[in-house]
Amino acid sequence: MKITQLSVFLENKPGRLQEILRILAGASINLQTLTIAEVTDFGILRLIVDRPDDAYQALKAEHVTCSRTEVLAVALDDSPGALYRLMEAFSKRELNVEYMYAYANPAQASSIMIFRFDNLDAAQTALLEEGIQLVPRSEIHDK
Amino acid sequence: MFNPESESMPVPKLKELQLERLKWSVRHAYENNAVYQRKFDAAGFHPDQLKTLDDLRRVPFLTKHEMREASPFGLFATPMKDVVRVHSSSGTTGNATVVGYTRNDIDTWATLIARCLSACGATEEDLVQVAYGYGLFTGGLGLHYGVEKLGATAVPISGGNTDRQLMLIRDYGTTMLACTPSYAINMIDFAAKQMPDFDFRKTKLRRGIFGAEPWTEAMRKEIETRMGIEAFDIYGLSEVMGPGVSNECSAKQGLHVFEDHFLVEIIDPETGEVLPEGSTGEIVYTSLTKEACPVIRYRSRDITRTYRDVCSCGRTHIKMDKVTGRSDDMLIIRGVNVFPSQIETILMEIEGVEPHYQIIVDRKGTMDDIEVMVEVEEAIFSDELKVMNALRDRITNRFRSVLGISAKVTLAEPSSIARSQGKAQRVIDKRR
Repeated sequence: MKITQLSVFLENKPGRLQEILRILAGASINLQTLTIAEVTDFGILRLIVDRPDDAYQALKAEHVTCSRTEVLAVALDDSPGALYRLMEAFSKRELNVEYMYAYANPAQASSIMIFRFDNLDAAQTALLEEGIQLVPRSEIHDK
Repeated sequence: MFNPESESMPVPKLKELQLERLKWSVRHAYENNAVYQRKFDAAGFHPDQLKTLDDLRRVPFLTKHEMREASPFGLFATPMKDVVRVHSSSGTTGNATVVGYTRNDIDTWATLIARCLSACGATEEDLVQVAYGYGLFTGGLGLHYGVEKLGATAVPISGGNTDRQLMLIRDYGTTMLACTPSYAINMIDFAAKQMPDFDFRKTKLRRGIFGAEPWTEAMRKEIETRMGIEAFDIYGLSEVMGPGVSNECSAKQGLHVFEDHFLVEIIDPETGEVLPEGSTGEIVYTSLTKEACPVIRYRSRDITRTYRDVCSCGRTHIKMDKVTGRSDDMLIIRGVNVFPSQIETILMEIEGVEPHYQIIVDRKGTMDDIEVMVEVEEAIFSDELKVMNALRDRITNRFRSVLGISAKVTLAEPSSIARSQGKAQRVIDKRR
């Protein structure tokens, strides 16, 4: 079960992130989480939102360079070693994580980890075979 | 061909005509203009000494600086009562220069533009949208009179108002577009972003005549593919007449210079020495028929090559290559000569990068610094930093290997470089 992440190209200068948030607010988009990967002069903003397609259209309409990327979401118990055991499953399968980030799941006492793999389909199959539960789309996206 | 007899005249006969007209033009400038008279006298030259075309070498050059000094009307060789129009250069690289036209000059100019349009395949059936600026700039009115001379239909929309431009292309059934190449690309981008249901290929647009700034083969390919048209290069400079000094023909290999009205020489820009046909250097113009504003050995600063071949179109007039740069637009960065057009070609070659870029040159201490800002469109955007860094490295490496300089490449958001409606401001040189 893949999740849609929005990726936005940002120049590293004052007011740019605010501008993106203004556009999303204007389209009544609710953010679940966001993270920024950056080098000196530019960054890539990665967002998980309730309505990714609407958010994408709203950003496009304002000439923002953005794309939709498929990622996997995994729920993690709030207990020591939970992430370690998950990563162990990945390394056993030789799955390479491109990037990952986490946020607290408001519904349950757990965290949600977002993973991007270079081979997403293989990763999804592997995770299911290892018995690791993926967070369904419906829990994150409205549609 | 609009003037088959003149345009396909055998070369020896053409040279005879040139000599006859050159004698008139040089004498006209000398006898009717004080600036020319002073210059010729100072150089010990008199029009009587001009017996052959080669004798032109004894005449001093006219520089852009001298034209500016004489501004506004100091180089006119007819009384103001005979001057029916003035135009002014865009002043890209300094103060504007003013040029004048008699009624005959306007008619010659219109005829030459009609030849250009015809060389692109246009006929009186065409509907030509003139999206060059109308006004002091020679582009708009120059093209306009040529369209009428050809007997085609002019749509005098001028530059800007891109949404309206596209609506007219669709609703009027425009068959030919005349504008700067950067504005054509601006139109394509605008249509892609703002009018998703607009498809150039579903319009009647078949050909375009683009000029007023140097452009590359890569840009031609992009315009031709995305507009579904044939794109031709028109060249000119206001000091010499305006657009229509030379134009590409159906062969799209070099531009024919209208030799019955202009005589061209190629010189070494450093020494001023005349180079043989086939050499690359600065092109120098002498007008053969202009009345109000004759130019005798005008140093254009445009770098090109002239040569004669047997052209498939049947024209005999000498050809010049697409202008690769201007010797005064040329950037000297840490001692290396760089033309903006070279940078553009590199960016176009890297798949997906559209030619929206800006070059910023600065000096830190004694070191020149060049930065190239490249806009990131979705086509080249990746959400992985390593992919974006690789793109930047690829551009940086190409600059180093092709130009021999290291440039700082900055990836920019689409809105951060101002869009042009006329001439693109590709270079910001903070050293000046």
